[in-house]
Amino acid sequence: MYNTKYVLPGLLIFLALFTSPFWAGKVFGTASYERPKLALPADQKECIEPVEYMRAEHMQILDTWRDQALREGKRTYVASNGKVWNVSLQNTCMKCHTNKAEFCDKCHTSNSVTPYCWDCHVEPKGNQ
Amino acid sequence: MKRSRRQFLKVASLSVLGLSTHLATGGIVNAAEQGAQYLPNENGLKAGRWAMVIDTRAFETPEDFDVCVKACHKAHNVPNIPNNQNIKWLWTDTYEHVFPEQGNNHMSESLENRDFFVLCNHCENPPCVRVCPTKATYKKPDGIVAMDYHRCIGCRFCMAGCPYGARSFNFSDPRKHLDMGEVNPEFPTRMLGVVEKCNFCVERLAQGLMPACVEAAEGKIVFGDLNDPESEVRKVLAENFTIRRKPNVGTQPGVYYII
Ligand code: SF4
Ligand code: SF4
Repeated sequence: MYNTKYVLPGLLIFLALFTSPFWAGKVFGTASYERPKLALPADQKECIEPVEYMRAEHMQILDTWRDQALREGKRTYVASNGKVWNVSLQNTCMKCHTNKAEFCDKCHTSNSVTPYCWDCHVEPKGNQ
Repeated sequence: MKRSRRQFLKVASLSVLGLSTHLATGGIVNAAEQGAQYLPNENGLKAGRWAMVIDTRAFETPEDFDVCVKACHKAHNVPNIPNNQNIKWLWTDTYEHVFPEQGNNHMSESLENRDFFVLCNHCENPPCVRVCPTKATYKKPDGIVAMDYHRCIGCRFCMAGCPYGARSFNFSDPRKHLDMGEVNPEFPTRMLGVVEKCNFCVERLAQGLMPACVEAAEGKIVFGDLNDPESEVRKVLAENFTIRRKPNVGTQPGVYYII
């Protein structure tokens, strides 16, 4: 290979920079990620689906809920455990999760996600 | 060296391909609901073709109109903006504006002076649906021309397409004109840059309720299934002389007026 003595160090520097997000924190001991502490609904024991599933998939569920309710006219959700829910962000989700700041925002903020749900959907009163 | 670089690229591209297909199919599998089901509401009202008949003779005083408009606008968080950017779901106008081609030179005084309710007609052949580039406006199988505000990009083709001026555009954030302490928490507001209109109270029908304006009109507006010969709308239509707006544009409105 031509110019090995320039190319190889160059490659190494590139690799080091490129992978830095994966190890820099550990090596230099900066910023460790802490899972945000969410305020869960006080009077509710279970969500429409298991917690792990909700954590990973709530955005897809909301997307499907919107299409099912508005386009298909199907506003009743029979969960995998047979429980029946009303397909509605404001009238089902937010009736339990009454504290948007302590529930939605905590994760969204630490993950730099800014959904614009609340530009149209009314935040629950429990938030104020 | 040349050969090994080639091999490296082969292996690398194959692994990237494998990784991405894994991610893609994994994502789809995860997104599928775990055996959950979607059903129409059990007590929801159903129809082959929803339609409305307004008895214009029964609306005499401004208050008659006002209770209906208030009921609609309260249920749907429609702001009252006091200029030409106002949002209209249900409003009134004169005979010559509502029925421009159906006027005569010497009409009865009562028709000349009467006000008429105007709203989206939920047309059978809605041009607004045809021109919407994102399918944010669509026609449901029960005849309701509905909107998915999530998809509206504010291009306003539907406003140009609607021959009835039934749509309004949010030139500013509607929440600036709403008392957020007073809004109906069960229904969303809209946002800057989307179009909106009457939705025939599709969310109330799903709960087994009649449209808000119909409920408030106490019999002066009839709502029901046009396809059902036994329905009240059919009875009212059979017994009264009715007209619809702009018959010559061929959209086949679902709102009828008893004259
Ligand atoms: S009245 Fe206008 S907005 Fe309503 S369905 Fe007909 S064309 Fe569309
Ligand atoms: S049908 Fe519903 S949305 Fe349409 S004007 Fe009447 S109350 Fe308003």
